[in-house]
Order: sequence, then structure tokens, then C-alpha cells
Amino acid sequence: MTKYLDEFNDPELARRLLDEIAATVTRPWSIMEVCGGQTHTIIRNGIDQLLPESVQLIHGPGCPVCVTPLEIIDKALAIAARPEVIFCSFGDMLRVPGSDQDLFAIKSQGGDVRVVYSPLDAVRIAQDNPDKQVVFFGIGFETTAPANAMTVHLAKTQGIDNFSVLVSHVLVPPAITALMEAPERRVQGFLAAGHVCAVMGMSQYVPLVEKYHVPIVVTGFEPLDVLEGIRRTLLQLEQGRAELENAYPRAVTFEGNVRAQEMVHDVFEVTDRAWRGIGMIPASGWRLSARYSAFDAENRFDVRGILTQESSLCRSGEVLQGLIKPNECGAFGTGCTPRRPLGAPMVSSEGACAAYYQFRRLANPVAAP
Amino acid sequence: MSKPMDPSPLQPAVDLANWSCPLPLRDSPHIVMGHGGGGRLSAELVEHLFVPAFSSGDDSALARLGDSAVVAVGAERLAFTTDSYVVRPRWFPGGSIGDLAVNGTVNDLAMMGARPLYLTVGFILEEGLEVAELGRIVEVMGRAAREAGVTIVAGDTKVVDAGHGDGVYINTAGVGAVPAGVTIGPELARPGDVVIVSGPIGMHGIAVLSVRDGLEFGSQIASDSAPLGDLVAELIDAGVQIHALRDPTRGGVAATLNEIATASQVGVHIEERQVPVPADVRAACGFLGLDPMCVANEGKLVAFVAPSDADRALALMHSHRHGTGAVIVGEVTADHPGVVVARTAIGGTRVVDLPLAEQLPRIC
Repeated sequence: MTKYLDEFNDPELARRLLDEIAATVTRPWSIMEVCGGQTHTIIRNGIDQLLPESVQLIHGPGCPVCVTPLEIIDKALAIAARPEVIFCSFGDMLRVPGSDQDLFAIKSQGGDVRVVYSPLDAVRIAQDNPDKQVVFFGIGFETTAPANAMTVHLAKTQGIDNFSVLVSHVLVPPAITALMEAPERRVQGFLAAGHVCAVMGMSQYVPLVEKYHVPIVVTGFEPLDVLEGIRRTLLQLEQGRAELENAYPRAVTFEGNVRAQEMVHDVFEVTDRAWRGIGMIPASGWRLSARYSAFDAENRFDVRGILTQESSLCRSGEVLQGLIKPNECGAFGTGCTPRRPLGAPMVSSEGACAAYYQFRRLANPVAAP
Repeated sequence: MSKPMDPSPLQPAVDLANWSCPLPLRDSPHIVMGHGGGGRLSAELVEHLFVPAFSSGDDSALARLGDSAVVAVGAERLAFTTDSYVVRPRWFPGGSIGDLAVNGTVNDLAMMGARPLYLTVGFILEEGLEVAELGRIVEVMGRAAREAGVTIVAGDTKVVDAGHGDGVYINTAGVGAVPAGVTIGPELARPGDVVIVSGPIGMHGIAVLSVRDGLEFGSQIASDSAPLGDLVAELIDAGVQIHALRDPTRGGVAATLNEIATASQVGVHIEERQVPVPADVRAACGFLGLDPMCVANEGKLVAFVAPSDADRALALMHSHRHGTGAVIVGEVTADHPGVVVARTAIGGTRVVDLPLAEQLPRIC
């Protein structure tokens, strides 16, 4: 595994790819990496600063933490605060601000909030605590869905009735559609998220390429993977091509993981879903299907009455669509900082707003917090 | 009849009814785990709550916020510090809560250039703890103290009701003597200084995570827990000009570099490829979504030394068993004061931030 990581981090090969990119580009292009994992790689390695100035990377809405709507966070907080509940979540959801507080604050007030690394851990916690209600926060894109679906399936077949899931799954292809249908369209090419495609296959992207005539390159997550995805996208753009390419063949096939898809389609059904900062996107999410609705935490804890409006100050939706840069938001650096984020892109270090914030510190250290 | 004592200056009563929590602490009205995480939240608690409350007029030792306070007692300068240990699980590859309780406090003394001398130990025990385990813990502590060359001279034991503790909490306090002429502090780094890390990083944090409940993963990584007083003494005795020293425990090397950059108002430039991250640590961080630069160490130091002494410092460290893996990772610059910048493996740059609180595993 280590060798694997080093192999895709080789500075010599990176240099060569960057040279090829520089030789390819003749005019300005805007490319969106959809996935938060790729944004992380880009920021962590400083890839954006190594590209020609005319190439702009737009950090897309592919971080599940960033796009989980405020209303779902508020529902999570209400459920997690209940004394009979053990609330299990992936770690980075704990600091995402709801209307008033975050899951860390609930924990500090006595709520039993636990970080799990796998949803199956939450099922185990449910089995170990039969007198408690164990709720798993099932968020994420198509990547995390199979494991989340598996837990619900397990809970049903094994009769683990004290387990339920708060589901807020989102899907990549409808988000790309929404970006392409938006009146202002900035994105000219996409790096598609390799792990999403490993599950769902590439086939879903064929209609998008055909309808919108936009290059989509399935891309991995190591620095060299991302550079190769960028190189191929730019090559298509310069040559006037718009094709679906696979730059991540070691993980992605055209059909994807069929067994995982079957599991997902058994447990989930497609639903309209609100994206934080962006708004409602039709048919862009999954919810538990009727067969599994007994395991839906929204039903079990009656939080359907919680309806939350987003802060009008936060323009993260426009940031995530590439319409504005983070520092063009009025709240940037004043009402909204990593210490006190208004919107999720300011929460994690690879969020588009937080990344901008750090680089402003470098350019203008006097303004450091 | 002796002359009546001068009336003491009037102490204003503390008006607790009208006391309001200073910003930015109001942002989180309750203590959250991050307040103990060694990151920005911890720093705010110290800066906005503890320092103002404990200020006594002569508060320079506290306000310097070194790993230990350095206080003058007669002609001698003493380093004085305390630390509490709540690690879970108590036993992990390469060490235990007992090792940490000795080495952690010894190292806090050493980071001010002091020769660690005496420790006190306080135990908070939970009803129901097996005496045999306590016996093993104190055996380890005794051995660690002898290895570190310190004597445990006083102690205290309290027992709390079952369910009100986590088995064993240990507090140790320590004093050490600062040799004449030695002045080391987080605010004393200066442009041109060379930054040395004494060996491979991230081992303690990953060793503990590898055996934590619910997260067990096979790993060959053992904690690096070790006393560093001897290593520091050798550097000082050889006349190496050390400006700042810190052991990168909670918050890891990233937190240490940021703290020193801020305290000294200098910039720190790191070559990320030079930072020694063992393959197993890198792999574990990869799948846990952690940054090795933010993972805790318990037997490493980060030294800011004068450039003319860098090679000598490195050679001395290499000949010491707790510094064999020492490397130069970067340098201090007058640019971007307070900011730590890393040149990444593929040649980009990034800002290395102080972790806000405890690191959160990333979902994607």
C-alpha cells in the first residue's frame, strides 16, 4: 500500500505531467473536480498553484459534508440530544454547524455522540446496547451508499430493531446536470469522482457527455491521478473533443460494481434532495425505500417538523458552482472563518472557502486570526 | 506591641454573578473535547480564561506559555510544570499511561533546557480498578523515572465512584534546574534558524489509535514514548545554540511549528519530503484520513537552532539513541510571520495550519 502511495506521488512524474499540461494549454479553461477527496489532494499538494495560470480549478459540490442541508444537520442534532439515543457519525460531520450548534456541542451537553469509521460499527454498537436507540448518520455520495445500505439490510434481516439511519445521500450525475442547466455556466470540463464510478460505473455519464457536449474524465485521488485527469480534460478541450474517458482504470469499469448497485437499489430509492447552499435538485438523492422505512430515523424520532432556512449571508452555493470565488462572498473572513464557519466549505481544511482563507493568510499575514 | 502591618492593597471581590465569559469562548458555552486537544480551542481557553484569572502582576512565567514555567528561586532558575494523563486505552504498543506520565512531564521540563530532577504524582482511581493493574502501572512509572534520571518525591491518591472515572487518571508535576546561561523559549526562534525534528513522527498517535476500541487495526507501529532530558542536555553541554524547543505531542508537529511561529512572530518553511514519516504511519493516516503532521508524538522534539550549529546539532542527535532519526525539515524566515508553509512532495505549497481541535477522520 505504501509503495502504491509513493508511486502516485513521484515528483519526477508530476513534473513531466505538469510540463505536458503547460505545453497543451493555449487559452483559459475552467475545470471542475466534483469530488471533495480530489479537492483535498489538490489543496494538500498545492496542485492548483502548479498549473498554468489560465487553468482554473473549480472545487465542486462533491464533499458530502459541505452539501448536507442545514435542515438535516438540525434533525441530527435533535435526535442526538435525546437521552435514549447513541448517535453515530463519520468524524468530520461533528463540526458542521447546524442552526445553533454542532454535534460536538451536543456531546458536551451529555449527548452520546460517537465517531465510527464504518457504518457496520454502528450496527455492532446497537447489538451491544439493546436498551438504547442507535442512529447512524448515513450521508455521502454513491461511494458510501453500499456500506450504509448493507447496515440497514443487516439490521432488517437480523431483527436489530434499535438501529435506524438518518439518510441524506446525494448523487453526482444530477448535480452535473444542474450545473450544466444553470443559466450561468462556468464549467467546461469535469473530473468525475473515481470512487463513485467504481461503484456505479461509467455508463451513467454517457448521456451527460452527449447532451451537454462536455468532457468528463474519470479520475483517481493521488496527486498523479489528479494531474493525469486534468491533462486529459485539457487535451480534449484544446482539441474540441467532448468524450467520456477513464483515467482511473485500476479501479473503475464501465459497469461498476453490480452487486453493490443491487444492494443500494434494494435499500434506497431516488428522491428530490436539497443541497446545502445550492437548493433543491430533482432526483438527486437517495432515501430509504418503503421496504426499509421502519429503519428511517426521521420517522422513528418524529423530526419531520424541523424545517430550516439557510443563512442568506452564506454564498457557499455559488462558490460550489464556481460562480464566485470564496473571497467574493461578503461574509468571507469576517462573519465566516474556520473558527466560526457559516457554511460547510469553511469547515474542513480542504473546503473551498477554508483553502482560500489559508492562502489569504499567507499573502497577507497581518490579517491572521 | 509591634507596629500594625500595612493594610494589604484592597483585593476587589470577584463578582461571579456578573461574570461573563470572554469571547471567543462564548462560541462554545460548554467544554468540548477540542478544549483539551492541544489545538486552537485549547489555546483560547488558556489565553482568555486561565491567564487573565491567574494573573498576579508578576505573571511573566505563566504568560510565556512555555512547556514549563521558568522561575527564579534565589540564584537558581527552576523549570516547573504539570501535566495530566487520561490516555485510553491505558496499555498500547510501546508504552502505557505510566510511561507517558513520567516521560511527558520530564520532556516538558527538558524543552526549556532544564535538567529534570523531581516529580510528584497524583492518582485519581476509579472504584473497581484492579490493584494488580495499578501495580503494573507504578512499576512502569518507577522504571521510567529511573531511566529519565528523576526521582518521584511526593504523591496523592483519590478514589472516585465507579462510573465517574476511566480507571486511572494520573497527574504528574515536575521541577528541573535550568543551567546558567541557557535561555530557550517558544518566542525565541529567529529568521535563519534551522528546524530539526529528532526522528520519525506520528508513531505514538497511530499506536494508540491502532488499539482503540472499535478501531483495532493491525499495525507494527509502537509508541515512541521516551525521556528527552538527556538528549537536550548533550546539546546544551556541547554549546549548541538552541533558540526554541518543543515536544510535538497533541496536535503533532503542525501544532508545534505553528505555536513557535506565532510566539516568535516568524514564518516557518518546511520541505514536506524531508519530514520523516514511517511507512506504516503514512499508510494508517491514509486510510484514517489523518495528517501525519498533526498526529501526536511522545519521544520526539522539534529544535530551532542557529544555522551555524545545525550540522553539529544533527550529528549529536544521531549519536544519541533518542535522536538517531533526526533530520533538518526546514528553516525560519522573516516572511509570513506566524504562518507555517510547506513545500509539498510534488513541488506545490500549502499552509500548515494549527489543527482547530482534535483531528477528525475525513469521510472522503
